Amino acid sequence: MRIVLTLLVVAGLIVADMRFNSLDRTRAILDTLVAPVYWVADIPSRLAEWRQTHLVSRSTLQEDNDRLRRENLILEGRTQQMASLQAENIRLRALLNSAALLRDDVVVAELIGVSPDPVRQQVVINKGSRDDVYLGQALIDADGLMGQVVEVAEFTSRVLLITDLTHSVPVQINRNGVRAIAEGNGTLSALEVHHVAATTDIREGDLLVTSGLGGRFPVGYPVAIVTAVERDPGQTFARILAQPTAALDRSRHVLLVFTVDKADSGPE
Amino acid sequence: MDNAQGYWVVIATLLVAAVLAVLPMPLWLVWLRPEWVALVLVYWCIALPHRVGVVAALLAGIAMDLLEGAMLGQNTFALAVVALLSVGLYQRLRLFSLWQQAGMVFVLIGIHQLICQWVQNLEGVGARSPLFLLPALSSALLWPLVLTLLRGLRRHYRVA
Repeated sequence: MRIVLTLLVVAGLIVADMRFNSLDRTRAILDTLVAPVYWVADIPSRLAEWRQTHLVSRSTLQEDNDRLRRENLILEGRTQQMASLQAENIRLRALLNSAALLRDDVVVAELIGVSPDPVRQQVVINKGSRDDVYLGQALIDADGLMGQVVEVAEFTSRVLLITDLTHSVPVQINRNGVRAIAEGNGTLSALEVHHVAATTDIREGDLLVTSGLGGRFPVGYPVAIVTAVERDPGQTFARILAQPTAALDRSRHVLLVFTVDKADSGPE
Repeated sequence: MDNAQGYWVVIATLLVAAVLAVLPMPLWLVWLRPEWVALVLVYWCIALPHRVGVVAALLAGIAMDLLEGAMLGQNTFALAVVALLSVGLYQRLRLFSLWQQAGMVFVLIGIHQLICQWVQNLEGVGARSPLFLLPALSSALLWPLVLTLLRGLRRHYRVA
């Protein structure tokens, strides 16, 4: 009797979660309830970070400061022409009758957990519906695209990394604009680019950036660098591997991208 | 015996197990992570078979599904089966020597992993190698430690 009841409960859960999306709302509430577990599990990393920032020598801090100041100077120098370039870009795009590209807003978030299951490439971040995180939102780090939000709880959300087996991202080659789709293969270090004809102009070292097709990810964020191209004459498609530019297994401070909806922004 | 206190210890140990289960680990260790929640649950099923069983397993399972971001039902199913088996076998398990028990734990966690794998395959994300069985080994090796710790706790707080 007990066994039958248990099996019924479990089967009900599996079917409800797999076939219908009816549990999404419930899941968000329950996720909020279990979030403290992640918070507690994160304490060691936070302590380590605290030690790193508080227990350092004066000279190290000074060196860091100097280095950051130099970096800042270089970055500022690079952005000087940004304003005029942006204006020019908008004018040219207007000439071409295409929609203006808008700058995206970002919010800094912190990674507080990593999915314990090795077959799932997911992370948990410390921003949730309280901070207006929404489903499908893109997450980046300093070097590139990391993934997209798949579950939003009150104070945390769960992000599916681009290397997950179930994840694909529309990309284009930065050099010549050839479009493709980069799929995760379950390891943190590689993406596979499928269905690229063997004759396509793609080579090692090419940078893949988000193409914005599919409407999920904003345009132009770096995704991966092509590391291997195998062209087998017997195959219709080339076998292409790419390495994600984002530090998927190391970044702790990440950025949530708030894309300004083009429909809302009105004519420009 | 105060009932409320007894449950408090069980819940606290399960919570600690849940934290251990999501604790960040170095990449080369991820496949070896012991199934902490299942281990703790097996202990309580053997120690208090009339109070801890399938219902506790179902609740712990749902919590684990949420924590792992898995499909609801994956850990729930696996833990429920583990609980049913250990409640059914508790009289035998109690008589076993430590390493015989560890052998049984190896089998129980192995079943747990197989069920998880089965549900993950339903979802299309199953592991591509038999590495997913490694936690059975690490859990079995840790069983003596878990047993000693939890037995100490149980005696200290007089949970019966």
